[in-house]
Amino acid sequence: MATEPLPLQKNAATAAEDVVPVAVSKDEGHPLVRFDKVVKRYGDHTVLDELDFTVERGEHVTLIGPSGSGKTTILRLLMTLERVSDGVIWINGEPLTHIRGQDGSLKPASEKHLRAARRKIGMVFQQFNLFPNMKVLQNITEAPVNVLGMDRDKAEARARELLELVGLSGKVDAHPSQLSGGQQQRVAIARALAMEPEILLLDEVTSALDPELVAGVLELLSDIARNTDITMLCVTHEMNFARDVSEKVLMFDAGRVVESGSPEKIFTDPSHERTREFLNAVL
Amino acid sequence: MTKDFDWGAVGDAFPLLLDGFWTTLLATVFGTLVAAVLGLAIAVAGRAPSRLVTVPVKAVMEFIRSTPLIVQLVGAAALFTSVEPLTVGIVVLGVHYATYTSEVYRAGIDAVPKGQWEACRALSLTPRRTWQAVILPQAVRNVVPALGNYAISMFKETPFLAVITVHEMVFQARDYGTKHFVYTEVFTLAGLIFLVASYPTSLLMRKLEKRLGH
Repeated sequence: MATEPLPLQKNAATAAEDVVPVAVSKDEGHPLVRFDKVVKRYGDHTVLDELDFTVERGEHVTLIGPSGSGKTTILRLLMTLERVSDGVIWINGEPLTHIRGQDGSLKPASEKHLRAARRKIGMVFQQFNLFPNMKVLQNITEAPVNVLGMDRDKAEARARELLELVGLSGKVDAHPSQLSGGQQQRVAIARALAMEPEILLLDEVTSALDPELVAGVLELLSDIARNTDITMLCVTHEMNFARDVSEKVLMFDAGRVVESGSPEKIFTDPSHERTREFLNAVL
Repeated sequence: MTKDFDWGAVGDAFPLLLDGFWTTLLATVFGTLVAAVLGLAIAVAGRAPSRLVTVPVKAVMEFIRSTPLIVQLVGAAALFTSVEPLTVGIVVLGVHYATYTSEVYRAGIDAVPKGQWEACRALSLTPRRTWQAVILPQAVRNVVPALGNYAISMFKETPFLAVITVHEMVFQARDYGTKHFVYTEVFTLAGLIFLVASYPTSLLMRKLEKRLGH
């Protein structure tokens, strides 16, 4: 993980002004997620170039765009698996990857701070990433018990409920290796939900699944989108997913948002040539 | 060989050698324990975020790996004269082998997919819990067979302990050989005892390897 100090002086002043309104509760007046001139470089390659976008509380947003357009990087930055090269990500009006100094300047946060900051955020990965050395139940209870300090019995009861929700009540004592890809991904979704995230990041969660298993996972996710107030950010190549789950689609290209709008708008009447090309290629 | 093989000497030396064998076994078992635990600690320390940790650890490892075991044994025995030679021997063997087992652990840790680390971070697990509950159980599973091979290899190097007057099996054999001038017999016997002990152990390791699914 990169730990180099980030050159933030330039942005710090303006960013700090934005978030100092005194009597405003941090729940009001701020988008849940705000990317503020976020830059991500790998060596000479710039993946995200001064990216600005916001996600409101409770929104379900799908990020679409060609491979390499920076969609997955956005999720990885939000999950703090990687650090921004420049700019600031704000969650609820608080800097995610930085801490505010007494003079209002922003400094890159320590790993410990990040661990606390990312607690509201959950992620489901393309490759599931279940812990193979634990049974299904323990995969789900591990973090609630050891991070949230939840009572083990309570965590297990909750895990069983979640497994029922994802349709895997019978697999409590199974090992991940005994499950199909679709089942593993359902467990991974349950595991993320067990931490009661405010924001759920879905990184191409159906890409590694056999085609006949995709529909079930999509259905589960649209259920979750409908029945919870979890804010969701999805990166996907499944345009059905974008249509069924989200009310907002962001079209990316070369590290920038080309256009955004409702799925109907983007899919039926895109205003950008780049979007049209992309949709023609994938639909 | 002009002289007949002296079977009497073999029978005569056997209890002595067996006595030495227990010392050999003791040194191997505890030496392996030291190597297994210390090697793991070195491997984890090697991934520490701070160079203040990684650089000295690397330096000590290079030093130990670049000098022969026998020199380390004599050096340690000279430094710690008040400590029981067997204890010195166990620690030196353990530390010496830890520099190798740490590499084995390192490879085992590297073999744990990156996604496992990322899942831990996504769940906000502490570094301690990440290692303890997720990374090490998978890494250790990968390395048990290799560790077993080092244990067997250490077993065969315990005769070096003779130079610091640990009465292990080869020490006893040489002692008896010098007194009665029957080297061939006692050393053959010692070799056979080594064989009888290590061959089943390596078979056992192979079985374990299979069971762990390698």
